Amino acid sequence: MGEAFQFPILSVIIFTPIVAAVIMLLIDGEKRDLIRGIAITAAAIMLVLSGAVYFGYNNQVTGLKADLDQIEQDGGQFKATAMFQRSLAFEEKVSWVDSLGIGYHLGVDGLNAPMILLTGMVTVAGVLISWRIDDRTREFMAFFMLLVAGVYGVFLAIDMFVVFFFYELAIFPMYLLIATWGWVKLREYAAMKLTLYILIGSVIAMVGVIAMVLTANHFFTNEGATAFQAAKDAGVLAANAKPMSFSMVNLMAAGEAGAFNIPGYAGVDVLTFAKLWFPFIFIGFAVLAGVFPFHNWSPDGHVAAPTAVSMIHAGVLMKLGAYAALRAGVQLLPEGAQAHLPWIVFLTLINVVYGAFIAFRQRDFKYVIGFSSVSHMGLVSMGWASMNVIGMTGAGLQMFSHGAMTALFFGCVGMVYDRAHTRDIPSLGGFVKKMPWVAVAFVIGGLTSMGMPGLSGFIAEFPIFQGMWNASPNITLQIGSFVLSNYYSIIVILSALAIVITAAYVLRVTGQVFFGEFDEKKYSDVGDIAVTDRIILFLLGTPLVILGIYPPIMAPMIEAGLRPVLTILGGGA
Amino acid sequence: MNVNDLVSNVNFLPWLIPVGPLLAFFVITLVTNRAKMVAATSSEYADHNHPGYMGLRVPVSSVSGRILSITVGLSGIIAAWLISLTVVGQALAVEHLGESDVFGSTIPWMVTGISTFNMGVLVDPLTTIMLIMVPLACTMIFIYAIGYMAADARQARFFALISLFAGAMLTLVVADNLLLLFVGWEVMGLCSYLLIGFWFEKESAYKAAIKAFTTTRVADVIMMLGIVYLYMMTGTLSFRDILHNEVMLSVLANTPAVLFGGLSAASLIGIFLIIGTIGKSAQFPLHVWLPDAMEGPTPVSAMIHAAAMVSAGVYAIIRMYPLFEAGGNPHHGLLTPPLMLMAVVGSFTALFAATIAVAQNDVKKVLAYSTISQLGFMMAALGIGAYIAAAFHLITHAFFKALLFMASGSVIHGMEHGDHHVQHAHGHGHDDAAHDAHAPDDHGHDDAHHAPHFDPQDMLNMGGLRKTMPVTFITFLIGGLSLAGFPLITAGFWSKDEILADAWKGLTEGFGPHALVFVLLAVSAFLTAFYTMRQLGLTFWGEARTEQAKHANLGQGIVSFTMTLPLVILAFFAIFAGFVGVPPSFPIFGSIFSPSENPFFEFVKNTLLSEQQPGELTFAWFPVLTSFTVALGGLGLGYLMYWRKPLQAGETDPMVKILGGLYPILKNKYYVDEVYVRVFVKPSQVFASVVVVRFMDGRIIDGILHGIARVFIWIGDFLKLLNMWLIDGVGDGIPEYVAAFGAYFRRFQTGRVQQYLLWVAIAAILIALVFAASSGWLVQASGG
Repeated sequence: MGEAFQFPILSVIIFTPIVAAVIMLLIDGEKRDLIRGIAITAAAIMLVLSGAVYFGYNNQVTGLKADLDQIEQDGGQFKATAMFQRSLAFEEKVSWVDSLGIGYHLGVDGLNAPMILLTGMVTVAGVLISWRIDDRTREFMAFFMLLVAGVYGVFLAIDMFVVFFFYELAIFPMYLLIATWGWVKLREYAAMKLTLYILIGSVIAMVGVIAMVLTANHFFTNEGATAFQAAKDAGVLAANAKPMSFSMVNLMAAGEAGAFNIPGYAGVDVLTFAKLWFPFIFIGFAVLAGVFPFHNWSPDGHVAAPTAVSMIHAGVLMKLGAYAALRAGVQLLPEGAQAHLPWIVFLTLINVVYGAFIAFRQRDFKYVIGFSSVSHMGLVSMGWASMNVIGMTGAGLQMFSHGAMTALFFGCVGMVYDRAHTRDIPSLGGFVKKMPWVAVAFVIGGLTSMGMPGLSGFIAEFPIFQGMWNASPNITLQIGSFVLSNYYSIIVILSALAIVITAAYVLRVTGQVFFGEFDEKKYSDVGDIAVTDRIILFLLGTPLVILGIYPPIMAPMIEAGLRPVLTILGGGA
Repeated sequence: MNVNDLVSNVNFLPWLIPVGPLLAFFVITLVTNRAKMVAATSSEYADHNHPGYMGLRVPVSSVSGRILSITVGLSGIIAAWLISLTVVGQALAVEHLGESDVFGSTIPWMVTGISTFNMGVLVDPLTTIMLIMVPLACTMIFIYAIGYMAADARQARFFALISLFAGAMLTLVVADNLLLLFVGWEVMGLCSYLLIGFWFEKESAYKAAIKAFTTTRVADVIMMLGIVYLYMMTGTLSFRDILHNEVMLSVLANTPAVLFGGLSAASLIGIFLIIGTIGKSAQFPLHVWLPDAMEGPTPVSAMIHAAAMVSAGVYAIIRMYPLFEAGGNPHHGLLTPPLMLMAVVGSFTALFAATIAVAQNDVKKVLAYSTISQLGFMMAALGIGAYIAAAFHLITHAFFKALLFMASGSVIHGMEHGDHHVQHAHGHGHDDAAHDAHAPDDHGHDDAHHAPHFDPQDMLNMGGLRKTMPVTFITFLIGGLSLAGFPLITAGFWSKDEILADAWKGLTEGFGPHALVFVLLAVSAFLTAFYTMRQLGLTFWGEARTEQAKHANLGQGIVSFTMTLPLVILAFFAIFAGFVGVPPSFPIFGSIFSPSENPFFEFVKNTLLSEQQPGELTFAWFPVLTSFTVALGGLGLGYLMYWRKPLQAGETDPMVKILGGLYPILKNKYYVDEVYVRVFVKPSQVFASVVVVRFMDGRIIDGILHGIARVFIWIGDFLKLLNMWLIDGVGDGIPEYVAAFGAYFRRFQTGRVQQYLLWVAIAAILIALVFAASSGWLVQASGG
């Protein structure tokens, strides 16, 4: 990154919502329209900048791929780290707490760029759907902005400390948003449940990451000193780099030099750092992605939350968990991934099937969507577990696709609930007559969720299944003398069952809520949706179609982002 | 590639075939579908006047929107037809198309790592014959729908969806790879959902839609696994790369499958794909959705049952045929597991569905089961290696079944017309205008009056329709005879005969499956002829059994014209389409229609590699005589029972007496639906609600969580107590003791000066002592 002044676009994205929140808190809370105006302006700025980042990065992908090929060909001890470093764009690096190796380091690669775009979209949609909130509008919008800032921070951070900093920053406003503006019956319970789950998960992961940093430090100052020097010589690490660092680049280099792979860790012969800590770090983050059996915060949380928070929560926050699990888990501890993902995959299978079954039997409209999220997020983790390019690309696409789709779903549910004042599915019906656009959007979302070709769900789920199937012959799980091999194909078959259940519950809900009889007496005051609502439906629905028809708009980027991960995993194509 | 190339180069031209209908879908949906709002009880919405919408305003296609949508939809499909004709013309001009040359082009669509998913089009002989049939049948259905849907409030929407349906089918036909085929396949599944549930005000309609979609979905997902597995094995999904590559096929045939030991990879992939077809083409045990699909408007039934959806299933099998054959040779009695599966499922379904059709009274249900049965014929034919016979039957069946459905639609339309007439003739003391004006009150009144509701689809309510609907009668008769395989002059005869001839050849060589197929199909063909004659007799022959039937007609004008024209055109094909595939060795007819070779056979066989091509059969009398016997026998029996002595009003169907205890079983379709509800639907609901929701999620996971929370609360309470006693005890204790101390010391503050002085003196002495002692000790310490 050149010496010339560079517009710090990533920091601007992160600090726009913070500045907006501060401004809001300074003005009179009665000026609701002004506050809404500030919120939507900030959200629009974020969306535009996110779009600029996404498409700016997308334009570089072709050149980037050639460079990555070159690096891979050249080989070398640190090729994966070098590839990762090459992939980063829009980088911003400021030293922060030097003695602890903490730096304010942001960057974009093929994995987080789609997430940035998604966050931008969901934020705008979230502000718009909260347009009519009159109860303490100022505080609501301010907390919402802080939540968004936290989300952006986690996605953009390259330094693990910054990751945790923003991770915790996101949780605090979320608790308040749910507990204050949520559904009265459940909000306190759900907010507490959600906060505790996520906090505990993140604390476990944080302990793992700190252990990782210390191990890398110890390695680089002792037996790995030559490797440290070699990494500096190869240009992978900066000349002034210190052994102690929270930067993912440093940690990845330490991993490639073998820091986490020394047998005899914790006094056990066969144990290495990676093998011991991977499950803690991966699952610690994956709690936020709703991995079984730590998923129960999510449906309750989604149901209790106000619509905008449900949207950002299911749409973006759950991806944050999956993303961080990939980044801190698979990318930094590949040996751990190879050792543990073959059993973690069973958890994801349970997620997929179990979430679908529960969604099938819910009467509450919002719970259906909540459990369907649990089911679909299982597919993301399953894609990571395939550990090959097809499956992981599919998982990356699923993150985006599911994000937009679930946000759309929650938007639709919110629109129906705002007008009908009930979410009890059997007592709804015939709403297509009153809100045709919502019905259309819900059907599009539903078709996406059941993997209909031509929509983004298919181009995400198909590669996940393909990747899993391809990986099957190479996977063996050994527990003591018990050896299981080639079982990924069975997992694919069983999770394909969930797609059928998905079709069943989506159609059931669509049929009961939007078609069938309309009770004119009961819902006499139900009217059509407002313009702001249409913008939401359009904003979140269109990407599902575009991506479904033309996947090259995103797939190559995600694939490029996965190259370093796959290289460090052993180049599994 | 520039636009000019796209149009002039036949390799690019197939891309444009699905574009017309797809474009029509978008244009109608976004632009021309203008609606106006009317009261739900208005006569414009009257066709599905629904009590739940009372007092509601509903959108209804405006007249201009209607006309525009029809124009756009029709232009789309006609454009597709014309382009198809151009492509077909060029394809037929190529000598031995398929052997080395095909038309087609490919573009990369999604690239991940080293693997690429391509999208492309392909025109080989098989595609060519589909391109002759599909656009023609679709166009006829579109024209028919102009009249049939004329009174429907949502005609514009209908044209949008049916255009999408046609576009998806055409995409599937021109696809050069399994992935694009699957895309078309799924989009069609979606359209069938939307169209079967088109009249969503009716609960039965949207339930049927859900049933159709979920049933085929189960199969589709399994088919997708087949695609996934195939892609893993071959690294490509292109038909020609896989199927025209003997090395690849033999690798697939010789690799053991990942699952189910004993199968080869090719067999497992094949079985997965066949399950997809069993769902799509409604074979046993996944046939249950198809009869219910009759809830859709009749043009949709024609689309699903003839031109598109169910044909797509069989088409996919024909398309992938070398894969199923890999490792075996059906012509020498070596059936691979997928072929065996097809032979057994197909022949069983053919007979199974035919027996059900015998006992149905709904004019469309009979046809629905006949479709299932005829698709069974094709599947069975494929199972025993009669590849070309199956393709031939697919085409002829599409023509006569589209004809039959549309003719039955005309009958229903006529009966509804008759019903209106009867209602108005009865009169409630006011004329038509008053009827409309007082529609809301009238509605309830009508329902009460006509309870039980008149069923315009029940054949027992018909009879004698030949008098009022002569054109429909003649065309229905032609379609029916073709379905029954009336010898020599109908298309159905030639294609069915070829299947039986193939099976017979295997039987003479002593192959068990061939014998099974021959026997079951012959019996089914007999039943087919019989139930066709029964249907014709009950519907058209004799005297009208109800007032409604007496007044059944299509009326005049555009409705009648657009609903008749397609019937006449399809009737032509239902007879003459068969003559392209007459075996040359067939006495007399062979020398007229196939002087040198069987044109259909010679053209289509080049789809396969020369080693896989079936040989031309030599003529055998036995299968031909069998065809004659079963067709004429069935028709004769039907004639005796339903034509010679037509059913009178109030008389019971003679079938009831003849079949006795069997009748209710057949009437209720062997209770398959009920069994499914018991075996699959209820248990999975119970499993989901009791086991998963209540037990697993509610008890165990949340239970553990709440348990932990409770433990935490206990710990909290314990600590709280501890806090109170110990910590607070200490914390509160300190100030308490200080206070007590203070109180104690307060006693010394008596206010008397002498006492103070005394205390001061004591203190001073004590301090002096302390100092003295400590300094002395200090000295001692330093000294010591």
